[in-house]
Amino acid sequence: MEGSTRKSAYWRGLLVGLPFMLVILPFGMLFGVVATEAGLNLWATMSFSALVIAGAAQFTALSLLTEGAQTWVIVLTALAVNLRMAMYSAALVPHLGQAPLWKRACIAYLTLDQTYAASTAIYETDPGMGLGAKVALFFGIATPVVPLWYMATLGGALIGSGVPDAWALDFALPLTFLAMLGPMLRTLAHVGAALVSIVLSLLLTGLPAGVGLLIAGLAAMAAGAAIETWQKQRT
Amino acid sequence: MSDVQLWIVIVALGIGTYLCRFSFLGLIGSRPMPPVVMKLLRYTAVGIFPGIIAPLILSPAATGGAFDPARGIAALLTLIVALVTRNMLAALFAGAASLYALLWLLG
Repeated sequence: MEGSTRKSAYWRGLLVGLPFMLVILPFGMLFGVVATEAGLNLWATMSFSALVIAGAAQFTALSLLTEGAQTWVIVLTALAVNLRMAMYSAALVPHLGQAPLWKRACIAYLTLDQTYAASTAIYETDPGMGLGAKVALFFGIATPVVPLWYMATLGGALIGSGVPDAWALDFALPLTFLAMLGPMLRTLAHVGAALVSIVLSLLLTGLPAGVGLLIAGLAAMAAGAAIETWQKQRT
Repeated sequence: MSDVQLWIVIVALGIGTYLCRFSFLGLIGSRPMPPVVMKLLRYTAVGIFPGIIAPLILSPAATGGAFDPARGIAALLTLIVALVTRNMLAALFAGAASLYALLWLLG
């Protein structure tokens, strides 16, 4: 019985994960193309996608690398982009914290925006799920997402610099981030943080590559937290 | 960029990102976190993405840093669709379609 609930949870997760392929495929290909155009060889491009599996941070690191930023600035800024993974990790603890260590280690590797968002949404609406089913559901969601990330990167890297300039791929990153940003701007605090980030990053463009962004990002996080605190005190 | 720098970035970012993902699930467990940390973490993405793209939108490298109306308007449309529909794919599609249309019309 337990085995069959796990199996059905896995398949349920897989179905939930399928639509994400529409995001992963173009985004992964884009990374492969842009990285290859920036001069990365196939190994470096694939290692990026296999070790980091976080598109936004990969693009951030790549753009700072091509701007000639200092190594520590690149790592810190791209890691700041990925700090949200720590929040996802914390959010998964109540649901998956009791799983064996090796499973938690695998889950950690597979924790992405999509797997986190889809799994917690289901855990919260379906509180009767057992631990085994929850773990199976998580792996189910990751199944169509993570391998496709590698394959899409590979495809993009092989197309590489064959993409004509008329495709304006230089602007794919800003448009993708804007599209991701829209749904995140839920509260005044989120909007305030975004505005602080924009203003400071533009004011600080004179600093060495990436440093301005790092300062702007940290200030924006503090601003978001401050606005949230201020709003809570008023109510 | 040198090969050494590139590989340091890839490996350090890979390890650092994994540690972020593993942090609570693997090491800290279910002990509660200071609320101020959770509060700051909520604003990481929204604090960094705009800072990355604002300069790219206002002075795109493809036009040598000069503001490009086609790219600027496409960016604005993408944000509006993303805000209204709350749907990333719809926004991305609208943005790409408007960018190509505008580049063709204005180019």
